[in-house]
Amino acid sequence: MTVQSSGGVGSADAPAAATRFLKLLGRVWAWLFLLALVLFFSATTPHFFDLFNFQAMGANMAIVLVLALGQTFVIITGGIDLSVGYVMGLATIVISLIMQHMVGQPLPVALLAGTAGGLAVGLVAGLFNAFVVARLGVSPFIATLGTLGIAQGLAYVLSGGPPVSIPIPGLGQLGNGYVAYWHAQFGLSFFEMPAGVTGPEVRNVSGFIPLQLLYALILTGLCAWLLSSTQFGRHVYAIGGNAKAALRAGIPVKRNLMKVYVLSSVMAAVAGLMYVLRYTGGVANSGDALLLSSIAAIVIGGASLFGGEGRITGTLVGAMIIAVIQNGLVLYGIDPFWQYAAVGAVIILAVLADQAKLRIAR
Amino acid sequence: MSAAMAMPAPVLSCRGVVKRFGGLVAVNNVDLDLAPGEVLALVGDNGAGKSTLVQTISGVFRADGGAIHLNGEKQVFASPEDARRAGIETIYQDLALCDNLTAADNIFLGREIRTRRLGFLPGIDESQMREKAKTVLDELHIRIPDLDAPVRSLSGGQRQAVAISRAVYWQARIMIMDEPTAALGVPEQRKVMDLIRMLKGRGTPVILISHNMQDVFEISDRIFVMRRGSKAGDFVTARTEPNEVVRTMIGG
Ligand SMILES: Nc1ncnc2c1ncn2[C@@H]1O[C@H](COP(=O)(O)OP(=O)(O)OP(=O)(O)O)[C@@H](O)[C@H]1O
Ligand SMILES: [Mg+2]
Repeated sequence: MTVQSSGGVGSADAPAAATRFLKLLGRVWAWLFLLALVLFFSATTPHFFDLFNFQAMGANMAIVLVLALGQTFVIITGGIDLSVGYVMGLATIVISLIMQHMVGQPLPVALLAGTAGGLAVGLVAGLFNAFVVARLGVSPFIATLGTLGIAQGLAYVLSGGPPVSIPIPGLGQLGNGYVAYWHAQFGLSFFEMPAGVTGPEVRNVSGFIPLQLLYALILTGLCAWLLSSTQFGRHVYAIGGNAKAALRAGIPVKRNLMKVYVLSSVMAAVAGLMYVLRYTGGVANSGDALLLSSIAAIVIGGASLFGGEGRITGTLVGAMIIAVIQNGLVLYGIDPFWQYAAVGAVIILAVLADQAKLRIAR
Repeated sequence: MSAAMAMPAPVLSCRGVVKRFGGLVAVNNVDLDLAPGEVLALVGDNGAGKSTLVQTISGVFRADGGAIHLNGEKQVFASPEDARRAGIETIYQDLALCDNLTAADNIFLGREIRTRRLGFLPGIDESQMREKAKTVLDELHIRIPDLDAPVRSLSGGQRQAVAISRAVYWQARIMIMDEPTAALGVPEQRKVMDLIRMLKGRGTPVILISHNMQDVFEISDRIFVMRRGSKAGDFVTARTEPNEVVRTMIGG
């Protein structure tokens, strides 16, 4: 006996082929869109297609990407974490205040203390979100909106408002440096300028692979493995697909949801740490505008806000698309504030595409 | 014939099971026995308490009273996972599959085969899960066009077949099916009935909830009738007929 769909062979195969094509298109359209954007800006602006411009874009997207990585897990479960921007802001303030008190100590000691403080912020915020969402059953939208407000308030109270800067030498190198350096005369070096380069010669040194990008890519690899290859990752998809079925199959749904919200906040704190390294200080609202971009990256990457769908590679390509759009607008001389409008419009388009895809799949 | 031979020790035995939802008594003091290898049809009008009774057996609900014994041992299931571990596999009326996952993922849902990549990285062994899923599907003569597609893209009968093969793979000691053919077209209904017959052939006892009297009479050994939460009758299929069962259902 054979269980298979009723209907003739021809009538069953034509839609199957169409569905397969649509599915393929759904998976690669973001890459095609990225390629189209790159070709367009390369053809129409003189400074876009340039290794150093690409590296700058990579460094600029790093923080948004890291925020989006944790959020990807949340969105796949069918939730959302609106608090990541201000959890990141609060983390930058806490890290900076701790390190300010450690001026004079060796950099690694101060950095370790600051990092511990920042991760603690992420952990506490994440556990709070997790508790309110998974245990108290509050909708993720409201719960994390509340946490957003709490983190925002704390960040402003602790900092008093203005940026908190950290006068520790060597700190900025960790956020603005490169993996490799090249100077025609002094040669190649790793993680610091070639020995002997001084004064105006610094301008003739080329850096390769921004450290910010390296950090973000390492975290991307870790999250990709966690989501696609572990039991935890599979359960994240199961919860987003059908939480009731997951529960009946014996998956600890609440515990997994808690892990997901903790992961999201901890990644926000790591993004905060990267911000501190880059700007050698903290700012309460440093993550405010990045929330929009990070969610945009995820939905452009093919994740569904209904849950159950999404990939880390999708989030990566989404973040690249946003970085290219922002960079392109700047090269066109368009007021950079238009980028928010552009990213907002792209979010709505991506969600419409997702809804259309679901309608076709039915 | 001795009583012991006529009535072998039941695999599953419910005594005085009660389940309330607030003031509503959904299952009222029900005694039910399931013999080894037997197909028991559980019938009753809408809202009679059939789904609630089987979900109390499969650990979704905790009984408010009474006892459930499995092979003579008293069981208290705190969760569906507890019941699954004891060998009770359930196919729910609303089909508990994750539509976004593949057939293999669904068969192994919550019990994924784990492995270590490069000797240390914890991960899941997708190729092994896929192989084993294929083996069990083949064994049941179930053809899934694309094993890597999410089950969303499968027909109702194929999805039902995935749910059944999950239960078969995990070697159910008892199989509970809540209206497994309700959402299917006639040809697919026949195929699910064939699968139940195959389970019976393997000696797996089945509790089948169905509103289809023809199916019930075709496949069951016994018919257990519920009415407004209580047991209203218990018939040997070969010694009753549809009119009698329906009359018992509606309380004529
Ligand atoms: N989770 C629940 N909460 C409250 N009441 C419930 C719940 N589940 C079922 N009930 C009620 O319990 C009674 C029995 O329902 P149940 O689903 O067990 O009936 P059924 O025999 O399976 O009916 P059907 O043939 O329609 O599936 C009904 O009155 C129903 O409304
Ligand atoms: Mg029912």
